[in-house]
Amino acid sequence: MLMEDTIAAISTPIGVGGIGIVRMSGSKSVEIIKNMFRTKDGKALECFKNRYFYYGKIVDSEGKTADEVLVVVMRAPNSYTKEDIAEIHCHGGIVPLRQILRIAIQQGARLAQPGEFTKRAFLNGRIDLAQAEGVMDLICAKTESAAEASIQHMEGILSSRIRNMRKSLIDIMARIEVAIDYPEEDIEEMETEKYIENLTFLINDLNRLLSTADTGKLIRQGIKVVIVGKPNVGKSSLLNALLRENRAIVTDIPGTTRDVIEESLDIDGVLVRILDTAGIRKAADIIEDIGINRSRQSIKEADLVLWVMDASGLIDDEDLEIAEEIKDKNKIIVLNKIDKQMAVDLKSIKEYIKDTPVIKTSAILGQGIPDVEKSIHDMVMGGKVWTNDEVFITNIRHQEALIRAGEHIRDALSALKNNIPLDLVSIDVREACDALGTITGETVTEDLLDKIFSEFCLGK
Amino acid sequence: MEFYAGYYDVIVVGAGHAGCEAALAAARLGCKTAVFSISLEGIALLACNPSIGGTSKGHLVREIDALGGQIGLNTDKTFIQIRMLNTGKGPAVHSLRAQADKRNYHISMKQTLENQVNLDVKQGEVKAIKTHGNRIDGIVLTTGEYYKCRAVVIATGVYLKSRIIIGEFSANSGPSGLFPANYLSQCLIDLGFKLNRFKTGTPARVNRRSIDFTKMKEQPGDELIIPFSFMSGSIAREQVPCWLTYTNSRTHEIIRQNLHRSPLYSGMIEGVGARYCPSIEDKVVKFKDKESHQIFIEPEGLDTQEMYVQGLSTSMPVDVQIAMYRTVPGLENVEIMRPAYAIEYDCIDSTQLKLSLESKDIDGLFFAGQINGSSGYEEAAAQGIIAGINSVQYIEGKPPLILDRSQAYIGVLIDDLVTKGTKEPYRMMTSRAEYRLLLRQDNADMRLTEIGRRIGLVDDERYDRYMRKKELVEKEMERIKEIIISPTERILEFMERKGTSLIKSGITLYDLLKRPEIKYDDLQKIGLDNKELSRQEREQVEIQVKYEGYIKKQIRQAEQFKKMENRIIPENIVYEDIRGLRIEARQKLNEIKPRSIGQASRISGVSPADISVLMVYLEKMRRQRILEE
Repeated sequence: MLMEDTIAAISTPIGVGGIGIVRMSGSKSVEIIKNMFRTKDGKALECFKNRYFYYGKIVDSEGKTADEVLVVVMRAPNSYTKEDIAEIHCHGGIVPLRQILRIAIQQGARLAQPGEFTKRAFLNGRIDLAQAEGVMDLICAKTESAAEASIQHMEGILSSRIRNMRKSLIDIMARIEVAIDYPEEDIEEMETEKYIENLTFLINDLNRLLSTADTGKLIRQGIKVVIVGKPNVGKSSLLNALLRENRAIVTDIPGTTRDVIEESLDIDGVLVRILDTAGIRKAADIIEDIGINRSRQSIKEADLVLWVMDASGLIDDEDLEIAEEIKDKNKIIVLNKIDKQMAVDLKSIKEYIKDTPVIKTSAILGQGIPDVEKSIHDMVMGGKVWTNDEVFITNIRHQEALIRAGEHIRDALSALKNNIPLDLVSIDVREACDALGTITGETVTEDLLDKIFSEFCLGK
Repeated sequence: MEFYAGYYDVIVVGAGHAGCEAALAAARLGCKTAVFSISLEGIALLACNPSIGGTSKGHLVREIDALGGQIGLNTDKTFIQIRMLNTGKGPAVHSLRAQADKRNYHISMKQTLENQVNLDVKQGEVKAIKTHGNRIDGIVLTTGEYYKCRAVVIATGVYLKSRIIIGEFSANSGPSGLFPANYLSQCLIDLGFKLNRFKTGTPARVNRRSIDFTKMKEQPGDELIIPFSFMSGSIAREQVPCWLTYTNSRTHEIIRQNLHRSPLYSGMIEGVGARYCPSIEDKVVKFKDKESHQIFIEPEGLDTQEMYVQGLSTSMPVDVQIAMYRTVPGLENVEIMRPAYAIEYDCIDSTQLKLSLESKDIDGLFFAGQINGSSGYEEAAAQGIIAGINSVQYIEGKPPLILDRSQAYIGVLIDDLVTKGTKEPYRMMTSRAEYRLLLRQDNADMRLTEIGRRIGLVDDERYDRYMRKKELVEKEMERIKEIIISPTERILEFMERKGTSLIKSGITLYDLLKRPEIKYDDLQKIGLDNKELSRQEREQVEIQVKYEGYIKKQIRQAEQFKKMENRIIPENIVYEDIRGLRIEARQKLNEIKPRSIGQASRISGVSPADISVLMVYLEKMRRQRILEE
């Protein structure tokens, strides 16, 4: 909200290009980039020349490398926002982008609000008056789509844990505040040790949560992978083989119809929802037609398609139809039944499968299944597959809240250990509550007073 | 019959704690002022407990005093006990609380009003506020007097359509048997104000001679008297004690058996009561498991046997009151002199006001005190002085005095009332203040006296005292940063005695004082304190050094806050024209009409994205204006 903060965001669409950019704007950008960037030989740079690309790597606070990068600094007022801007050009995958953004936040940047770079550009006079309405529309639209994603995400494990954590903090604060505002009531005051104990418990919980949030497992919606192919090429066998190899997480929709079966599994930290469709071919009757339409719908919604073909069969019109159906999709070709005689020739569909990985498997014998998994994993991590960046950003926002809250809880703990009076410690605890409240949109004072007056019997 | 009775610049309706401050401020700032009270016996009446201050309320008193108000001086003149609360905690929450002599408090304030130049004190009930278009024209009394004026401050406290309830009995009455004001509510409705009905209550007053104090714990005042006012020098005075006792299971049993006779539970009371000020029946019902509740017996004054029974506020019938009071140790034979009662009254929806406490719709009409939904003498007085000052600023065509949340508890109080409104009687609490460490009671003068001087309420004497204190503290801060102490035998011995880690090389006095084990007064033992400094100045230095880290942190937060407060929204903004604002935000912004972006961001239902859109819109308007010029 404040114009004085340094803001950070991923400024390229996630999963679209090979290169991604994390951008910061604000007076602390240069300082933050100095803390994150190391040259090829591991040194920190004292000075960044204006508009000059530096090659090196981004490291976290423990010195671990996040990615190889190019970094450029554009100093005020000659930048998009007319503020100091630092850009980090890294690989386009979700993993490096997310890590780099998180390191920037840990170093003191704040995750930008929807449309905030543009807003600053306008407020600082970089964008002319004629575009003001456009800027307002942009803020509005982006906020709406972010809000939608965040509502979906709010129901997730992460936000309910954040809520609980905030509740615990409010409890602690209520204890402190009631003793301050009602010194004459006979309320038993909690010992400093007890506060330390409670806050230590909370910070440990918070750290655990942060580290799991990191692996991405808490991103609730997985990647939607759809298996397609003609009947009897081994689609179900492939699904079963994948399920056998991996821990199935939930069985969401257990065959409401026989046509689409959905399973969720965890491939090396990537949550994948995998759908087995009825074959796609010309419908023989109405019932089959319904099934095929369902398959088509699934393909439309898929983030990634596994196209299964019989390695011992030949390409025919039905295959061409499928190829047409999935031509705009991210896909992997699985040549199944390699335990039989190889007969398939992919030449006739070569325009359809440029840059498409081809994996050979025997689903029945379990051969090649790890290759399929690796291929899925690489496409996701490499940034080729990722559609819903709003959810991704929401997740980062949750992490940011946790990081900030953690900082304040640590301040509170060190204050307690140094015998600082409780009413001052309370300042840190309030800030921690505020940080977590940014996720849920709640303000401290009212919740605190509610807590105080429901818990303690007070007043004349 | 209505007749023209005269003209005043400012007319204050009501002479309670808000009305007194408002009237004094207006008169002292040179306006011809009149204050009307339904009964002159009601001037500065401590209708509930005979006590001023307490946590955050004591802060308010100091702030009013620093601005040039009267409540601090009047309390210092008439207290019979005073204590600093929370001394075991940080300096920000130290709070003064005094027991005042109820009658003397009233008399002393009445004298101050009577002797004030430019001020007329009159008995009379105001029936109507007259307007001319959307401006104040004057007021009319029930007895027919029509006074013309330019500004009005409404400070009617709990008197509007007030009704007292004691068990099954109820009567239209003000507090302490005074008349209620039965006409003004309708006039306010006709002027477009939304009214709420709130409720509060007070315990019985009992005869001191019927109390057995041997069964209670004595609570004496502080030995070292620290006065409220920055103008009161050291005060030596004999103090009287308060007494502590407890309710027990028999008390609670009587209450439970008679709950059906409590108007709170029988539905006879409609008004909304405060969670902050529950009756004993409320406490017993809501906190079933609590076996006893504290009761403080507080003297109402030196020349009366009446004692106030803090903790036993109730609206139960008198027979139940007698029975339950007599279960309390020390009150076995107690004689009730005035029974406890609940009181209901009309107040306005405070979101209809600007931060200046002026009505959004009627120019020159100001509101202060319980009429705005607050509770408490100090909260009322705080609004009173601001409304008084701003009625004069209005008349003189000057910008209103608005204290923000980082400057004063007064700012927090008014901003909360005006921006968020209140659904129950609003009580000040330290936890409502975001910048609590900056808003201490010890530095209220440092925060506000300069402002009071600019407004014109701070006289030379007060200003000189403030300047001297400020200068001495600043000089001392410089001095302790310059003086370096070395590990001599004397110093090391001193450090050892104080239990602080020994030094190997020289450190500044400032760094020494930073250590939690070392107090400023300890420096005396090594001959390094500054004898010129008074207790207050020593306190300032000590706090500034010891809590520097936290103070700096809060100053940074406050600076960020200020930037948003300083982005003023023009009054003629049309929210309907702003694309991208959500409908809910548009409605809320229209209703509250925030003065700044900062205030807008505190309105519930206005999101950060709405604020962004608003900021872009304001910038667009600004640039268009520049282009047009």
